Amino acid sequence: MNLPDELKYTKDHEWLKLLENDEALVGITDFAQQSLGDITYVEIPTDGDSFETGASFGVVESVKAASDLYMPVDAEIVEGNQALEDAPEVVNQSPFEEGWIAKIKLTNPSQLDSLMDAAAYSEIAKD
Amino acid sequence: MPELRKTPLHAFNVENGARMVDFAGWSMPVQYESIIDEHKATRSSAGLFDVSHMGEASIEGPDAEAFLDSVLTNDVSGIEIGQAMYSLICYEHGGVVDDLLVYRIAKEEFLLCLNASNTQKDIAWLNANKDAFDVGISDVSDSFALLALQGPETREILKDLTAMNLDDLGYYRFQGSDVAGVSCLVCRTGYTGELGVELFVAPTDADSLARSILGAGQPYSVKLAGLGARDSLRLEAGYALYGHEISETISPVQANLMWTVKLKKASDFVGKAAIRKEKETGPKRRIVFFKTGGRRIVRAGASVLVEGEEVGSVVSGAFSPILNEAIGSALVSSNADDSKLSVDIRGNELALIPTKPPFIELKP
Repeated sequence: MNLPDELKYTKDHEWLKLLENDEALVGITDFAQQSLGDITYVEIPTDGDSFETGASFGVVESVKAASDLYMPVDAEIVEGNQALEDAPEVVNQSPFEEGWIAKIKLTNPSQLDSLMDAAAYSEIAKD
Repeated sequence: MPELRKTPLHAFNVENGARMVDFAGWSMPVQYESIIDEHKATRSSAGLFDVSHMGEASIEGPDAEAFLDSVLTNDVSGIEIGQAMYSLICYEHGGVVDDLLVYRIAKEEFLLCLNASNTQKDIAWLNANKDAFDVGISDVSDSFALLALQGPETREILKDLTAMNLDDLGYYRFQGSDVAGVSCLVCRTGYTGELGVELFVAPTDADSLARSILGAGQPYSVKLAGLGARDSLRLEAGYALYGHEISETISPVQANLMWTVKLKKASDFVGKAAIRKEKETGPKRRIVFFKTGGRRIVRAGASVLVEGEEVGSVVSGAFSPILNEAIGSALVSSNADDSKLSVDIRGNELALIPTKPPFIELKP
């Protein structure tokens, strides 16, 4: 399974990629997009909204099911990936790159330590 | 839990990457790679479906036609040998036991193709209503696998596999013929709204037939298609699915399927009085198909509202890859104002756009 080492992961199948200045990208994992099947809609969060760890910050809908997106850490939305509005299938095609869902600003960067690394996540991302 | 039944194409499906799910007690392929791609391939080229879970019943005897006309809503006396017909079986109260295709094999012999989840119930129902008739009813589900090849390239794909001239096979006609060296009942029927065939075949021949068709279809980009695409295809075509648009409690009057109910046919049939009465007085609720103008799928079970008041519920919902928007159907009160129907999706109100099906041009 495709699981980049440089990312952090949650048990809810989100990933987080740390950028500069306590900013990060979040998205859903390859495992999550495969489980969902063809994604038809992504509800993208509004710029400036704040979320606590575990709060639902959006929805990913597939031909089969709707699934909440859970914020991996306390954060404020810098911007949502507007490209997904017209092309939600990009989350299927490129879950870790083009298919990022939101750029966030970490409110409490120390929370990063509570996230899983690729090895730990690979233990729960099994069929 | 009893073990799931496997179709004769199980190994073939798994080998081709199918994601298998539990469907009506069967392990069935819901998708191979992508439901949307499988759907589009069926509309643009062809899709190959394993629908071997469907049940079959053989109805045979001097009274076979009269018997079927006493339990089916459509007029079985009107079809010739080699012709098929869509019909419903109804309860005395007008609700639907099942929908089916009836194939006239011989003057006194018919084959019924039944929904997998209803087969046992149907056969019990047929047996319970056959007292007055000289007819034999047998469950022959285990004698057949069923493959559906659906899409505009169907004839091109099959032309080198069979001596039969598919151009001469009319819609809802069928014929026994060899396909890829395998004896089949080739039927120009289907559940997608596209040109296509359904092939009844002995279970032991199904694997080789599927491989031959998949091979012959390569130049045409044929795709294996699962139950997911089958559902979105049938919904785009505006076809009813048992348990959704029709059920024990949703009558043909409510489902707008009166074209399958021949109130004027010579024979009396189970449910006739109730259906006629409901037609005359007007149904209290009805099936409405809808578009949404957006990509969010409205799932079955969602409440349908008019100005905040519940007037019904969604019975089918899917994403239409051809319209590029979510479509569906709902069972709503007959006096609801169609121009004001809406649903609540996770806190957002979404207006439904009532649409007369089909959503696409049918080219069967």
